[in-house]
Amino acid sequence: MDFVTQLLLAAITAGTPLLLATLGGILTERAGIIQLGAEGLMLMGAVTTCLVFIRSGNLALALLAAAAVTALLGMVHAFLSVTLRANQTMCGLAMTLFGSGLSAYLGKAVSGNPLPGILPRIPLEFLEPIPVIGAIFGRLDLLTWLSFLLVIALHLLIHRTSWGLHLRAVGDSPATADVMGIRVHLIRYGYVTAGAMLIGLAGADMVLTVAPTWNEGLTAGRGWIAVGLVIFARWNPVRALLCAYFFGALDSLGFRMQLLGSAIPPYFLKMIPYVVTILVLMYLGYRDRGKPSGTPESLGVPYVREHRF
Amino acid sequence: MSRQKAGAETLLKPVISPVSAGKSRAWRLEFDAIRVRSPWWTPVLSVLLALLLCAGFIAVNGMNPWTVYAKMWNGAFGTGYGLTETLVKAIPLLLCGLGIAVAYRISVWNIGAEGQLTAGAIAATAVTIYFPEIPAVWSIPLMLVLGVAAGAFWGLLTAIPRIYFGVNELITSLMLNYVALLALDYFVIGPWKDPEGFNMPGSPMFAASLSLPTLGGTRLHIGLLFALVAVLIYYLMIRFTRWGYELRMIGANPVAARYNGIPITRHILLVMVISGGLAGLAGMVEVSGVSHKLMQGISPGYGYTAIIVAWLAKLNPLGLIVSAVLFGGLIVGGYSVQTIGLPSSVSEMLQGAILFFLIAGDMITRFRVRRRSA
Amino acid sequence: MRECSVEMRGIVKTFGSVVASDQVDFSANAGEIHALLGENGAGKSTVMSLLSGVYRADAGEIRIHGTKVQIRSPKDAARLGVGMVFQNFRLVPTLTAVENIVLGEKSSFWRGRTWIKRKHREIAELAKRFGLSIPVDQPVWQLSVGEQQRVEIVKTLYRGADIIILDEPTSVLTPGEAEGLFRTLRRMKEEGKTVILTTHKMKEVLASSDRLSVMRKGKMIATLRTEDTNERELAQLMVGREVTLERRELERTRGGELLAVHRISAMAEHGRKALDRLSLTVHRGEIVGVAGVAGNGQKELAEVLTGLRNWAEGSIRFDGVPVKTASVRKAIASGIAHVPENRMKSGLAGSLGAVDNLLTKSYRSEAHSRLGILKSARNRQWSEQLVRRFDVKTPGLDTPVQQLSGGNQQKLLFAREVTQRPKLMVAVHPTQGLDVGAAAGVHELLLELRAAGSGVLLISEDLDELMQLSDRILVMYNGTILGEQTRESADRERLGLLMAGVPGEEEKVV
Repeated sequence: MDFVTQLLLAAITAGTPLLLATLGGILTERAGIIQLGAEGLMLMGAVTTCLVFIRSGNLALALLAAAAVTALLGMVHAFLSVTLRANQTMCGLAMTLFGSGLSAYLGKAVSGNPLPGILPRIPLEFLEPIPVIGAIFGRLDLLTWLSFLLVIALHLLIHRTSWGLHLRAVGDSPATADVMGIRVHLIRYGYVTAGAMLIGLAGADMVLTVAPTWNEGLTAGRGWIAVGLVIFARWNPVRALLCAYFFGALDSLGFRMQLLGSAIPPYFLKMIPYVVTILVLMYLGYRDRGKPSGTPESLGVPYVREHRF
Repeated sequence: MSRQKAGAETLLKPVISPVSAGKSRAWRLEFDAIRVRSPWWTPVLSVLLALLLCAGFIAVNGMNPWTVYAKMWNGAFGTGYGLTETLVKAIPLLLCGLGIAVAYRISVWNIGAEGQLTAGAIAATAVTIYFPEIPAVWSIPLMLVLGVAAGAFWGLLTAIPRIYFGVNELITSLMLNYVALLALDYFVIGPWKDPEGFNMPGSPMFAASLSLPTLGGTRLHIGLLFALVAVLIYYLMIRFTRWGYELRMIGANPVAARYNGIPITRHILLVMVISGGLAGLAGMVEVSGVSHKLMQGISPGYGYTAIIVAWLAKLNPLGLIVSAVLFGGLIVGGYSVQTIGLPSSVSEMLQGAILFFLIAGDMITRFRVRRRSA
Repeated sequence: MRECSVEMRGIVKTFGSVVASDQVDFSANAGEIHALLGENGAGKSTVMSLLSGVYRADAGEIRIHGTKVQIRSPKDAARLGVGMVFQNFRLVPTLTAVENIVLGEKSSFWRGRTWIKRKHREIAELAKRFGLSIPVDQPVWQLSVGEQQRVEIVKTLYRGADIIILDEPTSVLTPGEAEGLFRTLRRMKEEGKTVILTTHKMKEVLASSDRLSVMRKGKMIATLRTEDTNERELAQLMVGREVTLERRELERTRGGELLAVHRISAMAEHGRKALDRLSLTVHRGEIVGVAGVAGNGQKELAEVLTGLRNWAEGSIRFDGVPVKTASVRKAIASGIAHVPENRMKSGLAGSLGAVDNLLTKSYRSEAHSRLGILKSARNRQWSEQLVRRFDVKTPGLDTPVQQLSGGNQQKLLFAREVTQRPKLMVAVHPTQGLDVGAAAGVHELLLELRAAGSGVLLISEDLDELMQLSDRILVMYNGTILGEQTRESADRERLGLLMAGVPGEEEKVV
């Protein structure tokens, strides 16, 4: 395989967890709830996958468990920010701190243990003869295909269905949605939970493909990069795909360059994704100054029905 | 007459009531949107509830939570040595927590104390590497100044994107944490590695003249005084100065502050510099007062724990001291349970849980049950 | 007697200790336009919100078409055929008109192109039937206020409402647009729908309604046939005492020129031009009123004058000195006071007490701080005096000001601004949301400033207020001053035409 193909493939591999987490963030924030707990949720998804996979040897069960645990945490987030109307920034921070602590505690038992299997790959033999495409799409794993499907499904959901219309209304103007008979709280609970599940799956994908074993703090800020990607992608699933792969490529670029014998110390190469995240957000801020940013209008504002001041 | 009465009735605004689900009933929950302060006992209660929740997780691991907590308490506060260690850990927590509290006063969500601390530690170490010969009278103040400046600079890197490009400071400050930690890795594995260190990552040990004076022969060092003085200054500034007033105004209503000519961007810049500078100071006292060399893991997450310290203290100066000591104890207690086979991350888990219950508690205490007037 | 489509009996609704609706009886018939008249805060919006399910009544009985019903949510109300057009439109700004109109419809999960097309057609037809024209494809935030209101009305009609409530529908419209609205309402009436509108404007009620009900302080005072009553009687019912409708005569106090704005232009957010070569002058001892429909640049004008917004071209002279750049501090120092549009949003810090809120303008001065240190004890004393002098009713100096009533908050704000002895006061909607007594107090303060030789720029949407107080009234339209009338020549109809953007020949167009 040539360098470009390798890089593309690596971009997809490293980008898939970012994509799943970004999609989760988009769902949550489209409903008007800030999701800053992605890092903690990814860690919890990863550690649950490891624990269940190593104990039971059943991958499907492990993924289900990861989704269930993060869904539960998502509901906690929803309870705090929707029902109790707590500060959503602090909620997300608490989620991240609690997730890192709990995952480190629970994961100690399996830390460094190899997983009993990998994600099944879907061989598409008819693609093999095609150059580049065959090499990339011929043997992708299950979660990567799932992420493709999710991008399309979420795009259609948001723009082509009644549910999507309700979601957009709830995120932009919950008071209006409420008057129109849409159950704002229910929808917010639903999407925060679903979003948390996707972020949990992102953690699972991370541990299954990128890092082959559980290590404390394994996500190394990927959750926070996903938080940035949500803004970068302007809350749009299709853009999320492009942005996530761009960052996946950056992420693996450092590693590739090291293999190629680059003289730059690896620590600086590893800094690239973090620094680029900041620079990209700065560029977006500069380009879109004075323009509406596509942010859901009621992002971070708890909804209270009887407002009377 | 009737006019007068109506005026008195509307003097105090009504409590707004949230959606009371289901059918009408005699009692309902109401949310008090006006009262902003929650009672003093919420922090206490949230710590207790967090202990209860984590007891569950400990029990899952086949341990008796009571034994574990007793062990932690003993390790942290039970012995003279433990107490000293707790206070040693409380110093960086207090400095970082204070920095965070200053920023949070005007809703600048700095979560980059970890990186700012690391930057401070690196800069302070640079003095020992490049000027090993200068006498202690000069070297320690120089380390201090450079450490604070490096932390402040790291804070500035968060403030500038926020002010001029509208980038959320949460993301920037966190990304910069990773950048700083990677830079630390570079220095301790690369150019500054101790040639006599058996190839272990880490800078050479500092000369005695480059270490902070200790207090009474213990591991407790003079950094404690720095931290306490900083808290005192913070209290005086917040309470009595124009600057404190401006922060109060911005924190309470940034729009009104702008309408009254208070320059918000300048304050964000200043607050991030102070916040970063205090964390940088924490980094300096850690390398010079505790580890006496630069190495990986000089901070077991002080920067993150400090967020909870600040929040638990509700940004209050005295509260900061209390909660810094509490969390210092939690870290030391976490180490002490390793001897009975539990990972030290017990304490991190507890920290996260405490923050959760604090947030929930602040809001729950604002709901009250009321009788429906019918 | 025609069928009674809405009947409310003994309706009680309290908010905390405030009784917003006290044993109210109300009824409206099919095929009539029924006006619910009352001052701000009389409880009319509350009663209508109860009918449309936004609030739930504490006690009382509602019958729709003779059947007793329970309205627990807007959904219940919609099912019963009750639709409400709110004062603050309930539209999602980022969605298009059609998307807004079909919002909440649960049928048809999938919404492909054919579905959208069909809805477009359906909605266009419905709008045409009632003489409403709306752009269906643009996001709502790009529409004018009048257009947005029409979208709201089509929405209620689309959802099958036959009882349509409009809350203060004309407060955001130009007189011309209001005409159009009433034509639509009459079409609805002819189709047998029940139209209920709440308002505090007596003139339009007399011109357009069949019957009317008057509320005052949460109580229903009377229900009358429109043809049997007149303006004077209604005013008396609304206020509860005989009112004089005459304007007060004021002594002329006008002095030299204080503020001269010459052909300034300024941009609003998102690069829209908000001020377009606007010129105006304010003299000492003069109240200059600025009338206009919201969104024609009034907000930006106030921001430019108070140093909050930069301008692109043109010049400003204040007190004989040219103003170079926008700076709030310089504006404050040169003697410009500002009572902003939304006192809790941009005037006061709700969670802080009276002392901190009174200090905002003056804490930098020698009298209140020295070398960066606040003179706490003296400031407290000073605040106590101000609170007493301006009669702010507060339980204590440290009570968060968000716990005070609107009138007391406004008094506090005025105390802060007036005590600076400003040369120019820029007041934006200073009486919005205040009851009559509090509003009169604010008017008194503005007149005192005038008498003391200050200039006042009063930006308001309330024509009565403007005509009562101003020496001159300027009409703003599309970022510029379209016309000017003096106190003596002010005439409601002319002002209305100007607000709609129709300049007359006799006006000097500046």
